[in-house]
Amino acid sequence: MIDIAVVDYGMGNLRSVSKALEHVAPDRKVVVTSDPSQIDAAERVVFPGQGAMPDCMRELNMRGLRDAVVRAAASKPFLGICIGLQLLFEHSEEGNAAGLGILQGKVVKFVKADMHDAVGHKLKVPHMGWNQVYQTMRHAMWQGIPDGERFYYVHSYYVVPDNQEIVAGYSEYPSRFTSVVARDNIFAVQFHPEKSQHAGLQLLSNFAQWNGRA
Amino acid sequence: MGLAKRIIPCLDVTDGRVVKGVNFLELRDAGDPVEIAKRYDDQGADELTFLDITASSDNRGLILHIIEEVASQVFIPLTVGGGVREVEDVRRLLNAGADKVSINTSAVLNPQLVADAAARFGSQCIVVAIDAKQVGDHWEVFTHGGRKPTGLDAVEWARKMTELGAGELLVTSMDRDGTKTGFNLPLNRAISDAVDVPIIASGGVGSLMHLVEGVQEGGADAVLAASIFHYGEFTVRQAKEYMRDHGIEVRL
Repeated sequence: MIDIAVVDYGMGNLRSVSKALEHVAPDRKVVVTSDPSQIDAAERVVFPGQGAMPDCMRELNMRGLRDAVVRAAASKPFLGICIGLQLLFEHSEEGNAAGLGILQGKVVKFVKADMHDAVGHKLKVPHMGWNQVYQTMRHAMWQGIPDGERFYYVHSYYVVPDNQEIVAGYSEYPSRFTSVVARDNIFAVQFHPEKSQHAGLQLLSNFAQWNGRA
Repeated sequence: MGLAKRIIPCLDVTDGRVVKGVNFLELRDAGDPVEIAKRYDDQGADELTFLDITASSDNRGLILHIIEEVASQVFIPLTVGGGVREVEDVRRLLNAGADKVSINTSAVLNPQLVADAAARFGSQCIVVAIDAKQVGDHWEVFTHGGRKPTGLDAVEWARKMTELGAGELLVTSMDRDGTKTGFNLPLNRAISDAVDVPIIASGGVGSLMHLVEGVQEGGADAVLAASIFHYGEFTVRQAKEYMRDHGIEVRL
């Protein structure tokens, strides 16, 4: 029995995700896998990712993992992280790439011309570092995490869902952008919980116990 | 409220120990890297940077073991640099648990490495370290731990590196490193204004006010320091509280 499968499609450092999960759930079996049958067999699935979205989609398809990811997102506790959030949507500006289309909406880039803080200083892209996450929905995954808690981000693109009802959290850089979405058994975050110290470990711990309902 | 400015303790590692030099020379032992990393994590460090300054290639593998051990206990971003020569070196460090890899001398010898590594692993994990020294009326890039001049202008070089795919720049003033006289603020400001990616200011921190200046005058997105933390002068938390009291947004 696999408790938590971390989907490995060759993009990014999955070691930190699996280490953090093992740290918060030492009694659970965590596997990093590129085998669709292991993803199907797992009780819950983590879908991470780093790099460019077109490359991520290509790798998912080439490795025959797309269908298994779609099945998992339809059926069991499912945590998307970073590109693993963006891939759930229909389309990304990055390389004009199609996503999985599990959630309706698009992925867009921070616009440089708009990137100034309140006192006029230039804001950098990628958005890198610890930013506050404001919760817009009651959710089991937020248990024990204060509203406005800081999480670690590194990204240049963000999601724009069609339906605002799936927005579970946002941050500001400098305008408000959606950084967390939740629908049914899916919870997906733009930041990196595996690199967000106590708050991130709390979120992963919540995921290890989550029953897949808000 | 928004993005916090980051404080990054830096651990120079050689032969499995943390050391600290003055102007890149005269190394002093500062302790066990895993213990020090855990201490800074407890104090609220936003990231950790490890620079492998091992002179001999015999001990090169040591840094991988250290990173593996730190990464299984410390859940904040880890940057590792030193001796990165090819894309395979980047892969090895990422697999050991590094989140970002810092490239310095090799970026000068082979700029294509930065492009290749960014294309393969993403710009988010490629940091280019620039060691700069004042030469006449500009700043020149030096390599090999500050020993070799390159003839490259540091600001131009910074721009070129971000065009090739660097996601962040670690800017060290060699004139200031280890001197405790503060960052080279004009150098940091010039590079920060020239590029869109985040800048980490490094080299010369001797007081907490220097960290504040690095952000407010130097335009740094993150500040890196070593000796003020290693020898117990200040904790990371004290540094953050001081910055907060001077109007800088930090994670506390």
